Amino acid sequence: MGCLKPRGGQRLSTVLARLRQWRPGRGLVIAVPMGWMLLSFLAPFIIDFKISLAQVQVAIPPYTPMFEWVQDKALAIRLHWHNYAFLFTDSLYIRSYVYSLQVAAIATLFCLLLGYPMAYGIARAQPATRNLLLMLVVLPFWTSFLLRVYAWMGLLRNNGLINNALLSLGLIDTPIQMMQTDFSLYIGIVYSYLPFMILPLYTNLEKHDNTLLEAAADLGARPVTAFLRVTLPLSLPGIVAGSLLVFIPVVGEYVIPSLLGRPDQLMIGRVLSDEFFANRDWPVASAVAILMLLFLLLPIMLFQRVQQRNQAGES
Amino acid sequence: MRITGVSKRFGDFTAVDDVSLDIYKGEIFCLLGGSGCGKTTLLRMLAGFEQPSAGQLFIDGQDMAGIAPYERPVNMMFQSYALFPHMTVFGNVAFGLQQEGLPKAQIASRVADILDIVRMGEFALRKPHQLSGGQRQRVALARSLVKRPKLLLLDEPLGALDRKLREHTQFELISIQEQLGVTFVVVTHDQEEAMTLASRIGVMNRGKIVQIGTPHQIYEFPATRFVADFIGSVNLFEGQLVEDESDYVRVACSQLPVPIYVDHGVSAAPDASLWVAIRPEKITLERQQPDSTDNWARGVIRDIAYMGDMSIFVVLLPDGREVRVTAANVARKSGETFTWDDEVYLSWDASSPVVGSG
Repeated sequence: MGCLKPRGGQRLSTVLARLRQWRPGRGLVIAVPMGWMLLSFLAPFIIDFKISLAQVQVAIPPYTPMFEWVQDKALAIRLHWHNYAFLFTDSLYIRSYVYSLQVAAIATLFCLLLGYPMAYGIARAQPATRNLLLMLVVLPFWTSFLLRVYAWMGLLRNNGLINNALLSLGLIDTPIQMMQTDFSLYIGIVYSYLPFMILPLYTNLEKHDNTLLEAAADLGARPVTAFLRVTLPLSLPGIVAGSLLVFIPVVGEYVIPSLLGRPDQLMIGRVLSDEFFANRDWPVASAVAILMLLFLLLPIMLFQRVQQRNQAGES
Repeated sequence: MRITGVSKRFGDFTAVDDVSLDIYKGEIFCLLGGSGCGKTTLLRMLAGFEQPSAGQLFIDGQDMAGIAPYERPVNMMFQSYALFPHMTVFGNVAFGLQQEGLPKAQIASRVADILDIVRMGEFALRKPHQLSGGQRQRVALARSLVKRPKLLLLDEPLGALDRKLREHTQFELISIQEQLGVTFVVVTHDQEEAMTLASRIGVMNRGKIVQIGTPHQIYEFPATRFVADFIGSVNLFEGQLVEDESDYVRVACSQLPVPIYVDHGVSAAPDASLWVAIRPEKITLERQQPDSTDNWARGVIRDIAYMGDMSIFVVLLPDGREVRVTAANVARKSGETFTWDDEVYLSWDASSPVVGSG
């Protein structure tokens, strides 16, 4: 027993020493964003998931509770999985999912094809011009996103600016139907999301070492080969970052397809809002949201992996 | 390879000013100069990254004007090495051969051969970031040599290495060069590097080549005051020509008690103002006044730096001028030791001073 006492004292002193060394700063700095993520993402996600396992009922809130006290003080937990099953039986949902992914993929490709040369051009420009060009890329953000989409409606309408101009020039006899087509949808999406492709690509391309291209040329590579074998592979992290920044929000895009898109083909964001507000079927709407998240998780995880590999390569 | 009257101007600034020189097959030619002297610009013109504003470049008799870098029989080893970070060592070295469209098997064997020469064979599958500085340097060398260029351009090839590794790599470079017989053009600001590597050195200053010669010629017979001062350390004196004969001259220096006697003729106008350069290792220290009518001076030892293999003495002349003298520490315990504030006499051989008017 006698030997325990000093040991205990020693333990206390090490605890005290640790306490004195404890710097709360680092923990606090991480705690703020972690707390924010918890509040704004994890908590709503759990609530949403809970609702997706309920049934519709005419009440406030309009779904059955998950936990209920029944007879004999028994706690009943009811998990209705049929909302998920329902999504796979009704072709509306599947078609909307597929269409959303397809729109997002094609829009991402267009953004990449347009954005890559622009980002490349900006990265190669003189420093003074570079800042101006970057400003021009970001400039549309000064105006509300909604207003800019409305502006496109004004341009693309049957009696809009473009059709009127073509009519008055005598190039066409009847207005071209541009609104509420895939064309107007892609115009709106690519226009709105292009900066999200350009900026990460620019940050990547701007860091490229020009001597690598000189080395490639020195070793006999023509400019096209040098681009394909040096610049393009090295800009892959930028391509992935830009593509995901476009792809993920476009899948759930609601405003642009509602204003510019086809009336006969809904995107999943529209389905989601219809279920919530028109049908008041919160459980199905929640299931749609949870499933969409799962679809999006895949590209996000891919992004994380490329990012990690990239960081490992740099160190 | 021949350069005739090449100039390069960037706006008002003339980086390379009317340079003409010949580089012979199989030699190591060093372009030596301080930063901003135009040596790198000249190298980049050879590689084709810059176009000369005037003049012509010939490689093997072929005019290089209008020939893109990827079409030149020239390869360059970059100062930063410029290894492709996303490719393995093998991929980096194979890149140049792939551009020639060689069959895969031939590429593999040539890459393996050159990696063996630079002793990097076992690292073929590593990425550049997994290599040390010295290893990267050897990969860069292999990559630039694997295409068997007529001319290999090396931009400060040893700049990024530490001293020990540099000395080792210098001799390795020379042996690889002898093995492959490629003509090397090396750009460096480090005169030691130039002296050990080069068969000939071209000293550049302000865009002009001021002297071309073997390391020995450049060191012992600097053509201008700039070269004398730039290469190694030197003691420079100004003086007037007092005796001008075909086989000797005598120069009177206000800083020295007796004239400087030089045992070779100088082509200069009588009474012209001249510079005389004497290398520190060619001056000897004595306690007694030399019984000669020229080539000595008196001073007080101001500073001593013991370097191990030699010692550097800084001697203060009566007029306040400092003269550097080096003495090899041949014996482990030297009999005659000089110390601070000792009054000493400096003397030198009549063959030692270099005289010029430029």
